[in-house]
Amino acid sequence: MVPLRLDFSLPLRTFDVELALDVEAETFALVGPSGSGKTSVLRAIAGLAKPARGLISLGECIWFDSERRVDVRPEDRFVGYVFQEYALFPHLTVEQNVTFGGGRADRLLWRLRIEHLAKAKPGELSGGERQRVAIARALARGPRVLLLDEPMAALDPHTRGSVRAELHDLLRELALPALLVTHDFEDAAALADRVGVLSDGKLRQVGTPADLLGSPADPFVARLAGANVLSGVAARTANGLTGVLLDAGPTIFAAEEGSGRTDVVVYPWDVSLAREAPDDSALNHVRDEIVSLTPLGNRARVRLKLLTAEVTTASLERLELQPGDQVVASFKATQARLLTRT
Amino acid sequence: MRAAFSAFLAVATAVALAFLVLPVVAIFTRVPPGDLLHALGQDVTRDALLVSLKTSAIAHAAVLLFGTPAAWVIARKRFPGRGLVLALVELPLVLPPAVAGIALLATFGRVGLLGNELDALGIQIPFTQAAVVLAVAFVESPFYVRGAIATFEAIDGTLLDAARTLGATPARVFARVALPLAAGGLGAASALALARGLGEFGATIIFAGSLQGVTQTLPLAIYAQFEADFDTALAISALFIVIGALLLVALKLYPWFRFVSIFRSRFAPST
Repeated sequence: MVPLRLDFSLPLRTFDVELALDVEAETFALVGPSGSGKTSVLRAIAGLAKPARGLISLGECIWFDSERRVDVRPEDRFVGYVFQEYALFPHLTVEQNVTFGGGRADRLLWRLRIEHLAKAKPGELSGGERQRVAIARALARGPRVLLLDEPMAALDPHTRGSVRAELHDLLRELALPALLVTHDFEDAAALADRVGVLSDGKLRQVGTPADLLGSPADPFVARLAGANVLSGVAARTANGLTGVLLDAGPTIFAAEEGSGRTDVVVYPWDVSLAREAPDDSALNHVRDEIVSLTPLGNRARVRLKLLTAEVTTASLERLELQPGDQVVASFKATQARLLTRT
Repeated sequence: MRAAFSAFLAVATAVALAFLVLPVVAIFTRVPPGDLLHALGQDVTRDALLVSLKTSAIAHAAVLLFGTPAAWVIARKRFPGRGLVLALVELPLVLPPAVAGIALLATFGRVGLLGNELDALGIQIPFTQAAVVLAVAFVESPFYVRGAIATFEAIDGTLLDAARTLGATPARVFARVALPLAAGGLGAASALALARGLGEFGATIIFAGSLQGVTQTLPLAIYAQFEADFDTALAISALFIVIGALLLVALKLYPWFRFVSIFRSRFAPST
């Protein structure tokens, strides 16, 4: 399979998107906060935005080359584009939407389990149904690249999990270069083989979701991946560990080496909570106050003043935790990763 | 204080409505309906009706044919001088129709801007039916083009982008997506422009004259008859009110904006 090759510079209002990236027959997720230039990357690939210079090619096909003055029109690029909010034609039925670019609808409608909606108008559909129609429409012309702009953003939280699993299976089955744009690292990690973190139009880090979680390149990537980032000053301690005196007060112990200004990265799911400091192997016990509790299915996000923990709702009920309660947050020294500032 | 304001609102509304409605009522009460129908059967009226229908139809077709693509370009393309173009489109709206008539004479008249060229081709425009068509088109086109620009501007650009990525050429995007989505707004603008064109008076009388059966449209016939035979003038006026009311009713009844309302009722966009 021939890769999608991107190496271009696209000026936006306040910064330039500068991207060099090869996407094989895989799902690649571009993650970044809103306004980081994610959608502009997709628009450039589809031919809807024109880079100032660079190259966009798929295998032997050159879609854009500023030096050779090649700029293939959007209608000739064979790109399947699932737009944010889906951009379904409101005046056409589901079937007419899917066959707008030619091809037949029945097999795709069957595959996406929306054949019963063929005669419905987009305005009558739920968010999940509209997403399926948008995907069917994008696939109807037999595209060579699939672009998905925030495909999960318009879905309500309780259908999100199942829709994500189905989209994951579909993307594997298609085996096309698929570029997915999202502001949600969880969506990216669940759907993509590789993830690229985009900030102000530049890639901060590229890797598998596990790579990015395990060794984030900088605090920005760590925060985007959902980590607590705590800054302080690191120094070697007598027991062979690194102690980080946090600006906020407590000292955190980490197994990794570090010195000077340092950020401590701790994932919420590595933090456990207790009423009293437990007598366990974890080295870090921080006494803190609960600010808020946010349920997420069978887990809950517990925001403390210093950091955020993620625990099961079962534990939450057993400990009868409430906002305002004093708790002890514990995590192991091996779960505290260090990012030394240079 | 609050009661006084309520009373003021009620009185002001009553005065405004009475002022607008009374003259319309007067036209129908001054002369018995039988006499109105009789007046409509007169040669002057029939000639004027034919001239009006013919010239308005041709002018309106031309306005739709040229105005729609022009509105599309002005609405969706970004080019230098676009603001100026927008202002120019609306200029005829604020011109007195008499000025429009003079301007058309200055363009197409014997000594006008294009006078020599037209003369060489053996074409004479002023005081012919072609002049009526030009006058009507000139005066009504801003009403249509302005409405059409607003309608095209309101279309969600992502839909047009989506159509492109699905293999549609710009012409197909226009025909299959833009036009159907704009149909409601274009229809409304078209009806408004048609009504304005049918009522055209000032530019026509200066540029085309008022020759019965040739250039005398219904409004010109009213003017010609109001000293000679006031009942005929009243009858034609009544006819206008009926036409105007029908156009308005058609606009209100037709579900012009159903696409737009369905589309907007869904999720609010995020970034």
